Amino acid sequence: MSRLSIETPGRAQTVLEELSRDMGRRISASQPGLCPVDLCLNFLRLCHAQTCGKCVPCRVGLSQLANLIEGVLNRTMTETVIDRIEETAQAILDSADCAIGYEAARMVLNSVRGFREDFEEHLLRGRCICGLSHPVPCVTTCPAHVDVPGYVALIREQRYEDAVRLIRKDNPFPSACAYVCEHPCEGKCRRRMVDDAVNICGLKRFAVDNAGEVPAPAAAEPTGKTVAVIGGGPGGMTAAYYLTLMGHKVTIYEQRPKLGGMLRYGIPDYRLPQDILDRDIAHILSTGIEVHTGVSVGKDLSMEDLQAKYDAVYISIGAHADKKLGLEGEDATNVISAVKLLRGVGEGNVPDFTGKRVCVIGGGNVSMDATRTALRLGAESVTCVYRRRVDDMTALQEEIEEAMAEGVQILPLQAPARIEADEEGKVAALWTQPQIIGPYGRDGRPRPMPAKVRQFRIPCDYVIVAIGQAIVSWHFEAIGIGTSRGAIKADAQGKVPGFDNVFAGGDAVSGPATVIRAVAAGKVAAANIDAYLGYDHKIRTDVQVPPAHFTSTPACGRVNLRNREMASCKGDFSLVKEGMTPEEALQESSRCLRCDHFGYGVFKGGRSLEW
Amino acid sequence: MVNLTIDGVAVSVPEGTTILEAAASANIFIPHLCYLKDLNEIAACRVCCVDVEGERALVTACNSPVVEGMVVRTNSPRARKTRRINVEMILSQHDCKCATCARSGNCRLQALANDLNILNIHYPTMLVEGERAAWTNTFPLYHDHNKCIKCMRCIQICDKVQTVNIWDVMGTGGRTRVDVSNNRMIKESDCTLCGQCITHCPVSGLRERDDTQLVLEALADPEKITVVQVAPAVRTAWGEYFGLAREEATMERMAACLKRMGFDYIFDTNFSADLTIMEEAYEFLHRFQTGDLKRWPMFTSCCPGWVRFLKGQYPELTDQLSTAKSPQQMFGSVAKSWFAQKLGVDPKKICCVSIMPCLAKKAECALPTMRTEAGPDVDIVLTTRELVRMLRSDHVEPKLLEEIPVDDPLGVHTGAGVIFGATGGVMEAALRTAVFALTGSNPDPDAFADVRTGPGLREAEYEVNGVKVRCAVVSGLGNARTLIERLKAGKAHYDFVEVMACPGGCVGGGGQPIPLEDEELYGVRGQRLYTLDKEAPLRFSHENPQVKVLYDEYLTAPNSRLAEELLHTDHQGWQMPNQIG
Repeated sequence: MSRLSIETPGRAQTVLEELSRDMGRRISASQPGLCPVDLCLNFLRLCHAQTCGKCVPCRVGLSQLANLIEGVLNRTMTETVIDRIEETAQAILDSADCAIGYEAARMVLNSVRGFREDFEEHLLRGRCICGLSHPVPCVTTCPAHVDVPGYVALIREQRYEDAVRLIRKDNPFPSACAYVCEHPCEGKCRRRMVDDAVNICGLKRFAVDNAGEVPAPAAAEPTGKTVAVIGGGPGGMTAAYYLTLMGHKVTIYEQRPKLGGMLRYGIPDYRLPQDILDRDIAHILSTGIEVHTGVSVGKDLSMEDLQAKYDAVYISIGAHADKKLGLEGEDATNVISAVKLLRGVGEGNVPDFTGKRVCVIGGGNVSMDATRTALRLGAESVTCVYRRRVDDMTALQEEIEEAMAEGVQILPLQAPARIEADEEGKVAALWTQPQIIGPYGRDGRPRPMPAKVRQFRIPCDYVIVAIGQAIVSWHFEAIGIGTSRGAIKADAQGKVPGFDNVFAGGDAVSGPATVIRAVAAGKVAAANIDAYLGYDHKIRTDVQVPPAHFTSTPACGRVNLRNREMASCKGDFSLVKEGMTPEEALQESSRCLRCDHFGYGVFKGGRSLEW
Repeated sequence: MVNLTIDGVAVSVPEGTTILEAAASANIFIPHLCYLKDLNEIAACRVCCVDVEGERALVTACNSPVVEGMVVRTNSPRARKTRRINVEMILSQHDCKCATCARSGNCRLQALANDLNILNIHYPTMLVEGERAAWTNTFPLYHDHNKCIKCMRCIQICDKVQTVNIWDVMGTGGRTRVDVSNNRMIKESDCTLCGQCITHCPVSGLRERDDTQLVLEALADPEKITVVQVAPAVRTAWGEYFGLAREEATMERMAACLKRMGFDYIFDTNFSADLTIMEEAYEFLHRFQTGDLKRWPMFTSCCPGWVRFLKGQYPELTDQLSTAKSPQQMFGSVAKSWFAQKLGVDPKKICCVSIMPCLAKKAECALPTMRTEAGPDVDIVLTTRELVRMLRSDHVEPKLLEEIPVDDPLGVHTGAGVIFGATGGVMEAALRTAVFALTGSNPDPDAFADVRTGPGLREAEYEVNGVKVRCAVVSGLGNARTLIERLKAGKAHYDFVEVMACPGGCVGGGGQPIPLEDEELYGVRGQRLYTLDKEAPLRFSHENPQVKVLYDEYLTAPNSRLAEELLHTDHQGWQMPNQIG
């Protein structure tokens, strides 16, 4: 006998590893609306299968917990069972020997406390509060509920104009979204149960890049009603577009020289070239919208006048103001806000960072835009300083990776402490307090805490602050519109409480968010303003979606977009990402599982033809 | 045309044809269960799965369109095995006690399992028990969770055709079931009791509350005088089970059967249909001439499913209903007043039974507004299906019985009363009498025949004595909703509207026999009623001799005080459950 041997995983173990990976993906692809009690029970069973069997709380307790929950679902237990579940879970949590037991118990405890009313509904009335409201995961998770399977199927048939037409039924910014949407639609894509989410955003880009001119549909009979839209960003323009199609006369008031809002003044050209954005804007304006740029409400005209002059007003201003660090030295020269930097670049007002060392503070998408813009403006070095870990950054993974690839250095776990200025009052360095990552906070994220080390000096010439944006809303407050931390208060229908004909949405209400959420808010506002004006206009399209192919394709890798070859990005603001090739688009579109047809889709709600 | 082969047979069919239809055109009948053409093409049961060359998995024939060059095998080893396993899985969650099932003999699942020669189910039975299987025994509609196979047809018919949305898929995962939508109980819902979910259920997941025992008890009670009325639509369909041709399944043959079962008096709802026309036509003329119908029309009130719909969905329009009771209820009123007087008996001794193509009638007879101190005007309502079951259990063989005449006086009727059972019939009958009332002479009885056929919502305009009367006829509650929405939007104006809750009218009623093959029979059944009308010696309600006697002896005239008391009702006197706070 040899004393030791090299262990290789057995066949069963190897297969099991694969199954575990598959299950992980599958669970994360759960569609919204499933019964939480049933899922909790089955998660528990999975946990129990991991039990080694040594200890009572885990070996017996998890079984008994499962029995009790099953009794709730089958209505074979009395009312006290829910308390019994809670007590049992607590006992397991308090006495299990290892995490297999106590973490399973914690899961049950969180469930019974988090959605006790679901347990009760099952036990007392034998029914589920939940319910599938929409069967197509991508359509549900898209805030604007764009018909994703529809346009992906059209792309597969090479009907790009129709794809664009179909998207525009719910979103008049197909081009802008094709380039910069955060694509929440991909998050629960059912294809993840097979391999990976369909690259929906990439396919949309293929459609808009390959569709020719697609004229706007004819507007409804003029109603004689007028609507003012304050703010010509994606939300305001979406509302304006649909309201115009509904036959109302819309006027947009925009404070900047051009339309587009954050799409133009917040997102750098290398991600969204201005001519791409202009395509969407030209299409929207082709419906006949009146536009006044360079006009600021509260300065050039008053809210009261608008309210009196128009039948309805939609407030869709953006979050263009910056947030301050509140640190010593913040008033030094060359401390600038990311919003201002990006807006300046958008306006063609380009600072020169040649040879300069730049520090960017913050870990969100705006921070990534600022770092990459600084590199393009010639900075010698760009350092992103963030007080948590890279894993905790709120920027999209992809954005972080690209920034790093372009040469941005990320310094995590450094909390800005003060800004050091030279004798001329210019930035000389950023001092940071190194952090240690600590216990989880209420927000479910691990909290950073000051580490027991000395402050750290980062010599630099510029400090760019990207720690969030604010909304300037005082002139709305002045006429009595409610706000909360600057954000305008409006209900889920977009109505501003206390005002009959005033609606609001987008960043103005939610705080800084995404393009697609602004579009969704614009769509909601358009429908509700139309109803407020006494109409029931429907937005629809005559595009026919091709029938689904019979059976699904076997597992196949997802096509990701590539970055174009770039020796250096200095001075180069042109587009970074390359679109799919026709071959890739065909393959990627055929990966769509057509949830609009298969499964629940063919039964209920697979397609909303109008709204 | 698309060319393909199915089981080696070359088939050529128009584009868009499903594999199932393409196969049928070549006399290859692919087994299926949940599929209901145009309504339920959701491929849920997976029984119609077939092998298509080149496809990874089997393809459902019911909702997959044919493709050029496709090679389909309906009986490949894989298709055979899969079909069988799927049916066994359905059976494992189905209460297979066929011996005690109302649908045994015309159950699609039973037929399918028999056809597939399934003699053994290889899975343990999984039925729901206790509270999870519970359903009310008092509501006229019964849902059996353990018979239900979740084919979803009931949901679809209620959503798409009737637009009442009573049913929905509730819950998720293994506990998914069909139940009342929005977590309501059926008794607190706005179910119209049209019963279309029952007639489109392939199994016995849905049926009527069985009231046959109550009838047997009444027949067995020597103190009771049992009076039975039979609705016009029943005679078009009751013989289907017994293999009688429609011409053979006469009212007179049914009378013989009912007599054999022991009923004392066999009457005909046609009589009270004629009476309804007298009351309703005169009411209409009155409301029309007094300008009461300028904004909204007068709606017929003979269909209780429709009345429930209107009160549940558009309670604000309740007063537009004719105040005339339905023929069933008029019959009950007359039976327990005039007829009781004629017999010289206490009306409490009369047990009034009606045979109806309908479930809503079971609710109608129980309304608080449909009774006197002598009890309910109509005591027990049986559906056509319950009648068939009673005849079978009394081993009555209709074919072998001699026809006998229906009893006097409440059995006498005209052709106008007969056509009540088909869409357009009430309108036509009312117009025949309205013209007489206005002009003093009869029109051609077929003058209004164009309201009989056409789409589910039909319009017609007639000139009666120089005055234009705008009429509309609808059947199916989805069509009724469309009509009301058009009225509300000011896009349509009518004076008189006939509404029947069931597509095709009562002949397509929710209490009618259910064909094993998914055919809609209201067309042929309705045709039978129009034939009976054509053959009737009298075709005008006002010419019904016994109706005349009733007025002369008792009621004096249509809409008289006594007629109002006995033959009219206050539709505001009760509320739909969803209208009760």
